Amino acid sequence: MSSTSNAMKFTLRIWRQKGPKDSGKLVDYKVDDIIPEMSFLEMLDVLNEKLAAEGKDPVAFDSDCREGICGTCGLVINGIAHGPLAGTTTCGLRMRHFRSGDVITIEPFRADSFPIIKDLVVDRTAFDRIVQAGGYVSFNTGSAPDANSVLVSKDASHDSMDAATCIGCGACVAACPNASAHLFTGAKVYQFAKIPQGQPERDQRVLNMITTHDKEGFGDCSNHGECEAVCPKQINIKTIAQMRRDYLVASLRT
Amino acid sequence: MPYELIMGDTELDSKVPDGPIDQKWTLYKQNAKLVLPANKRKYTIIIVGTGLAGASAAATLGELGYKVKSFCIHDSARRAHSVAALGGINAAKNYQNDGDSVWRLFYDTVKGGDFRAREANVHRLAEVSLNIIDQAAAQGVPFAREYGGTLANRSFGGAQVSRTFYARGQTGQQLLYGAYGSFSRQVHEKNVTLYNNREMLDLVVKDGKARGIITRNLITGEVERHAGHAVLLCTGGYGTIFYLSTNAVNSNGTAAWRCHKRGAFFANPCYTQIHPTCIPQAGDFQSKLTLMSESLRNDGRVWVPKKKGDDRHPNDIPDEERDYYLERRYPAFGNLVPRDIASRAAKKACDEGYGVGPTKRAVYLDFKSAIQRMGEDAVRERYGNLFEMYEEITGEDPYKVPMRIYPASHYTMGGLWVDYNLMTTIPGLHCLGEANFSDHGSNRLGASALMQGLSDGYFVIPYTLGNYLAQHQPHDELTTDTPEFEAAEKNVADNLKKLMEIGGERTPQDYHRELGKIVWNYVGMSRDEEGLKKAITDIRELRKDFWSNLKVTGVNEEFNKNLEFAGRVADYLELAELMAIDALFREESCGGHFREEYKTEAGEARRNDEDFCYVAAWEWNGDPTKPKLNKENLTFENVKLAQRSYK
Ligand SMILES: Cc1cc2nc3c(=O)[nH]c(=O)nc-3n(C[C@H](O)[C@H](O)[C@H](O)COP(=O)(O)OP(=O)(O)OC[C@H]3O[C@@H](n4cnc5c(N)ncnc54)[C@H](O)[C@@H]3O)c2cc1C
Ligand code: FES
Repeated sequence: MSSTSNAMKFTLRIWRQKGPKDSGKLVDYKVDDIIPEMSFLEMLDVLNEKLAAEGKDPVAFDSDCREGICGTCGLVINGIAHGPLAGTTTCGLRMRHFRSGDVITIEPFRADSFPIIKDLVVDRTAFDRIVQAGGYVSFNTGSAPDANSVLVSKDASHDSMDAATCIGCGACVAACPNASAHLFTGAKVYQFAKIPQGQPERDQRVLNMITTHDKEGFGDCSNHGECEAVCPKQINIKTIAQMRRDYLVASLRT
Repeated sequence: MPYELIMGDTELDSKVPDGPIDQKWTLYKQNAKLVLPANKRKYTIIIVGTGLAGASAAATLGELGYKVKSFCIHDSARRAHSVAALGGINAAKNYQNDGDSVWRLFYDTVKGGDFRAREANVHRLAEVSLNIIDQAAAQGVPFAREYGGTLANRSFGGAQVSRTFYARGQTGQQLLYGAYGSFSRQVHEKNVTLYNNREMLDLVVKDGKARGIITRNLITGEVERHAGHAVLLCTGGYGTIFYLSTNAVNSNGTAAWRCHKRGAFFANPCYTQIHPTCIPQAGDFQSKLTLMSESLRNDGRVWVPKKKGDDRHPNDIPDEERDYYLERRYPAFGNLVPRDIASRAAKKACDEGYGVGPTKRAVYLDFKSAIQRMGEDAVRERYGNLFEMYEEITGEDPYKVPMRIYPASHYTMGGLWVDYNLMTTIPGLHCLGEANFSDHGSNRLGASALMQGLSDGYFVIPYTLGNYLAQHQPHDELTTDTPEFEAAEKNVADNLKKLMEIGGERTPQDYHRELGKIVWNYVGMSRDEEGLKKAITDIRELRKDFWSNLKVTGVNEEFNKNLEFAGRVADYLELAELMAIDALFREESCGGHFREEYKTEAGEARRNDEDFCYVAAWEWNGDPTKPKLNKENLTFENVKLAQRSYK
């Protein structure tokens, strides 16, 4: 790549860890020729191609859609999950938000329930198990009534969608001092609590999902609100409040 | 003789049932053989992929009682690239009372595909579209609604009715989460077992039937054997063959290609879709291109300056000095012409010197009239997230300055050949979703891929798979201890070792980037004989270089992205040649396949129904330079073949 007049350079302080059982450490790398339009991950691509060319082991990180919707990417950048820009995933963050010459610290999403696989890649399958416990409407394919036979108000649908937009990236857990996954779980519970289709299983859903959440080793929520601040989809913590109310009601009823 | 056409001698039987077009599927279902409920759990079905096609198939087959083994390359099933679909899903519900019907959706899709799809499949798709919306609504998918609580619709290209259902600009995400929910319920019920972080690297064929797969565990590098009574391939399209595309960086053609090498025919590889509205490339560093949904063409107007090389700021160019070229050239459909037409028109404008922006490879998509008509808030309500995405990437505010857009690789109509049962030329191997070639002919209409993936998975395969198993596949005891598994596993392990040991200088990404340029330049939006021959020669050279000068860092026994990519690029280096060969021998223009030699005086695609009204189903012949062509002739009994007009 040719050097351009607006090229930026950085010192990257990156968490390197060979495997789940190894201990890791922060290692410094230098990159230059970074242009402001690059995304954060494209900047890491540049580093990795450089490392590969030198015969060194590239930094392991994961990504897929690179447009903020699949939830695969996720790095803690200078101490903040997904970096300094609110409402953005790591892949959506552009280098123009940094100043040339900065030292940037890059770490994985840390939590006991997210074991590190390698370098910046963590295992988030605990989220899948929370969903498996009840994050759906139970019915068999083919038995659905005509879509317009169940009316859903525009507001309810909107509200439900605001929660359903969660991409399951795990930033909420990484940011929480208790490593709680209440925002993730709350968003699912809330999505269904607001619409008619979610009512028949409402009690069972919240009970089972919270039980699994706890069993997976995620912590409890103590209202720090860090999760909401880093959430790339800006899921509101009112979803957690709703989940707690539902949990209470469901516990009393069963 | 590098460009000689070799003909195969396979009679392709599409197995389309008898009867009038609107009765075929009903009659099929009535006559299909069934598997006894108690026997279903004795069958193990391998499903590769957890996108809309794979997740819906796994959920539904699990509900029916089959034992499903599901595989994906992601850490979670929820991350399949279907999650990125923006604009919407079609269904012939006619909720708007604007004259829609199953027939009209069928007709639009056949015409949109430029008369290169199989009529019976498309009609079934249109019929089933109704059930998909019911299914998704019952799952709680938060579709857009009217104030009265009913479902809302928007319009998409290639249709004169409003039949597209949507969930903001995140329709794919919400439909996938719906399917993933049903899928997760079956995992909970222990009918489905998920093998995440697994890449399928070979198919195991025994006694002529698909009986298993070989995977690599992407975390540990372990090569594994999995046996089943049938295999469903739901691995998505090969749009990343262009390197830059709107697809995810891990999207690949590997699973389909490895099945091709085991005997599954590959149909119409040259039918690829270049989407007209993507954010233009900003530099060489770029790893992917971002789509701006087609839904934007509902309210955005496409234009370029009337004067060549006009460098004025777009807001300083008065209306009478702008050429709204789609509205001018296609008054009946205006900005909502199908994708292939809109893409070529943008290319033409730029080729002729009317392009805008720093690279001059862009046209404007302007929302000024829409903002004046309905106000900024209404525009925000409809497209807010897309506008934000645009602003974050380009640093420009589309509420104030028109967007700059340019076409990019987006979707592949080509894929594994399947019959009406969605079965490939290998008995037992089925192919669903974007990975097959089936329903979109040579051009897919917007909002029809989500429809097809879910149709295949929820509503078609449960019938056709049962029909196959009941007649052709007993629930015999499964074992991976066979010479076929042994050989396939060795094939995979040897191949991985070979990639690791080349020890050259260039990274897989470097090769991919170069391949992408060849494919984009010569097998992209417009093609001609000379360019295609050059592409074939260049691809062969690049492939040779790859196998002598590739460098893969790290080791096999760990999380190693470089090794993953190397295998995928190796396959693309073969598939790209087949794309070019297919394009070379299709001496006509149709849909996404535009040959400069074959166009009308007005510059539109000129089909040749006399000689090319067939599906080109390519057969692996031991070497990427010598594929064999088999033809499935297409007959149109219900729709009259006509020159496609959107004027
Ligand atoms: C940006 C974008 C926007 C779009 N918008 C729309 C829209 O608005 N409307 C519409 O109708 N269509 C849209 N499309 C097209 C549509 O999203 C896709 O065609 C469709 O979702 C494909 O679904 P699928 O299930 O076939 O494959 P995918 O969703 O791509 O899933 C592929 C699956 O296969 C797995 N896999 C791949 N290779 C392997 C392997 N070797 N081994 C194991 N597993 C493997 C992956 O992990 C994944 O689970 C859009 C596409 C893009 C890229
Ligand atoms: S890579 Fe998909 S959200 Fe970032």
